[in-house]
Amino acid sequence: MNYLPGQTWSSQPAQHHHQFASASYNTDPSAHTSQPIVTGTSVIAIRFKDGVMMATDTLASYGSLARFMDIKRIEKVGENTILGASGDMSDWQYVQHTLDKLMLREQNENDGHILSPSQIYAYLARVMYNRRSKMDPIWNSFVLAGVDPKDGSPFLGYVDLLGTTYSASTIATGFGLHLAQPLLRKAVEGREDQIEEEEAKRILEECMKVLFYRDARSLNRFVIATVTKEGSKISEPYSVPTSWGFAEMLRGYGPQTQ
Amino acid sequence: MASQGTGYDLSASTYSPDGRIFQIEYAAKAVENAGTVIAIRTKEGVVIAVEKLVQSKLLVPGSNRRIFNIDRHIGAASAGLIADGRHLAERARDEAVNYRDTYRHPTPLKALADRVGLYVQAYTLYSSVRPFGISTILAGIDDVRGPQIFMVEPSGVFWGYNGCAIGKGKQLAKTEIEKLDLGSLTLSQAVEEAAKIIYKVHDEAKDKEFELEMSWIGPETDGKHQLVPDELRKEAARKAKEALDDEMED
Repeated sequence: MNYLPGQTWSSQPAQHHHQFASASYNTDPSAHTSQPIVTGTSVIAIRFKDGVMMATDTLASYGSLARFMDIKRIEKVGENTILGASGDMSDWQYVQHTLDKLMLREQNENDGHILSPSQIYAYLARVMYNRRSKMDPIWNSFVLAGVDPKDGSPFLGYVDLLGTTYSASTIATGFGLHLAQPLLRKAVEGREDQIEEEEAKRILEECMKVLFYRDARSLNRFVIATVTKEGSKISEPYSVPTSWGFAEMLRGYGPQTQ
Repeated sequence: MASQGTGYDLSASTYSPDGRIFQIEYAAKAVENAGTVIAIRTKEGVVIAVEKLVQSKLLVPGSNRRIFNIDRHIGAASAGLIADGRHLAERARDEAVNYRDTYRHPTPLKALADRVGLYVQAYTLYSSVRPFGISTILAGIDDVRGPQIFMVEPSGVFWGYNGCAIGKGKQLAKTEIEKLDLGSLTLSQAVEEAAKIIYKVHDEAKDKEFELEMSWIGPETDGKHQLVPDELRKEAARKAKEALDDEMED
């Protein structure tokens, strides 16, 4: 519906509005996001036999400071889709709100249709591309994962602040793109339909460990989310054992002088 | 009617000498001729039931729905001009989204009723528009005040209710709702009672056939406003017919 400023049903419309409508323009300075502030690091996700699985840690960093240690970076979008975010956390909250409104609009129609993961992905990708085209990007890389409730087909897609999209059976963002993606490809590609849920979980845990070892903006506290045709679930945060014995011999930084 | 021919009933922006606005009262007449809509509030939740008069046998069953989702936790049903009802439901949805955008929280039902009431009232102020020919029941749950019902009238005024009825059968329906023990009724029982009331107030001799349309919100629906599942609705309808037949025999 159109709500014009000053619109009434009066037969004498507000004069000032009409008089100056053509001459008026917005004189406020326009603000564009030029850098992320509070950030989340990698998202990693893979396909497996029964669907898709995704992992993120629970950290939101303020620059190099580990500022918020219990942040959710994977959220459900409807019953059959999950979305993982790296990058700016305030933009992430905005996107959650935007998608929540999308799902609400669809639900209100009450026509029996449910948005499939690939439809939600298409919408999100258009939102991202639209904002980059305004030179005001939503500063995130997203991984959207789901299983189509109708035919049970799995979906795994990536979209970033430029509106770049691709689908693959393994996806990683941020540091994970460098460190985890090669490991994921080796473990998953060509075996998508053989990997059991337990193995998929082990693969992701291994990658989260590697990321914790080498990514200085990560945390050994993460969640794993799974979508199958039965629906989606997001685990409670947990850690994996790590060993730092090798660090005994390291010299050159830290408290050691010799 | 006394107002006719006096010239005071031609515009919603004209008072009669005794301070009435006849266009609003005419709008209320449009409500009185419509299929009955009732809502019942229990401790657990709310049920809405509609006597949807079917205009033609050629219509696809279930079409022209009268109960609308407004937000996840709110539903609405109007009695009166159908198109006005659809328009106001759309406006209520916009207001619910606007509340979410502003406060990042689902709208409390009273805040929504307030906004919808203001919107309806704006249509009683100008000669260039007609008032809404509907009364609208808003029903839902919010986390502070629990289950609630509000009814917005063509004047824009709204009140909260434990149970309310609008449309043709409102008098009889209200009497029936008053007989219920709303404090101890479960939501499933309320569904059955609501069905019974709709069947009871339906005037078989005068009116066309009707479809029973029902929605509910409560623990059974996980706090979401939803149409009552077909099976349950049909079962409630069957019991309602039975109860009606028993009454006839007595």
